[in-house]
Amino acid sequence: MADQPRLKLPKEAKKGEVIVIKTLVSHVMETGFRKDAQGNTVPRKIINKFTCEFNGKPVVSCDLEPAVAANPYLQFSAKVEESGTFKFTWVDDDGNVTTTEETIKVS
Amino acid sequence: MRKLTRRKALLLGAGSAGLALMGRLNEARATPSEADAEIAKFTGGKTAEKGRIAIDLPEIAENGNTVPLSVVVDSPMEANNYVSDILIVADGNPRPGVAAFHLTPMSGRADVTTRIRLAATENIIVVAKTSEGKFFTAQKQVKVTIGGCGG
Repeated sequence: MADQPRLKLPKEAKKGEVIVIKTLVSHVMETGFRKDAQGNTVPRKIINKFTCEFNGKPVVSCDLEPAVAANPYLQFSAKVEESGTFKFTWVDDDGNVTTTEETIKVS
Repeated sequence: MRKLTRRKALLLGAGSAGLALMGRLNEARATPSEADAEIAKFTGGKTAEKGRIAIDLPEIAENGNTVPLSVVVDSPMEANNYVSDILIVADGNPRPGVAAFHLTPMSGRADVTTRIRLAATENIIVVAKTSEGKFFTAQKQVKVTIGGCGG
């Protein structure tokens, strides 16, 4: 569905710290409103769901509509209390799933 | 019958072309009342209090295809008092819905950023829901020079 997503988050943090996580994924986010050269409507094809979990627990999720710009950029915060793994998931209209993980050391 | 002067014919032609163009444009745009309906679905009809939300959006968007948007909701984000949902709506896009964020106390801060598409000059309306079932709202207008919904 999409190329390997790009993430930016710290590798280490202090217990209780609120970190900022930046995510970027390549996707055309075809709105379904465009017409091609022949005048036919180009069908909608977007990423419609993003989720972020930490050690299996939900942190944040987002329902995306065609009004989110191509190559969706999503930035949010997360409070870390322990070391562990963030899991990021993107799902598109066809149910294709792109997922990636990142660990963080919390002391 | 009176003569249809060239001037009158030209004006008639221009007028109907203008009307046709407007018709097309209107097709591509939602109305503020559709945005209100989207918000009512989210709030279940409850009133949203103005405030607690800071919206960071440019005053003028040169390119409606990608406009940066940040929303910060003032909240302690504690287990018994946090922002659970943030709804973002645009009242002049083909469809009003833009995105809906769902947060947890693990979010730490009710602070989300993304990039959105804007079809034309319009208002971005943000509604936040708290774990206590309260709703807050704020809005900001963005002037768009080149629309970005592919319409």
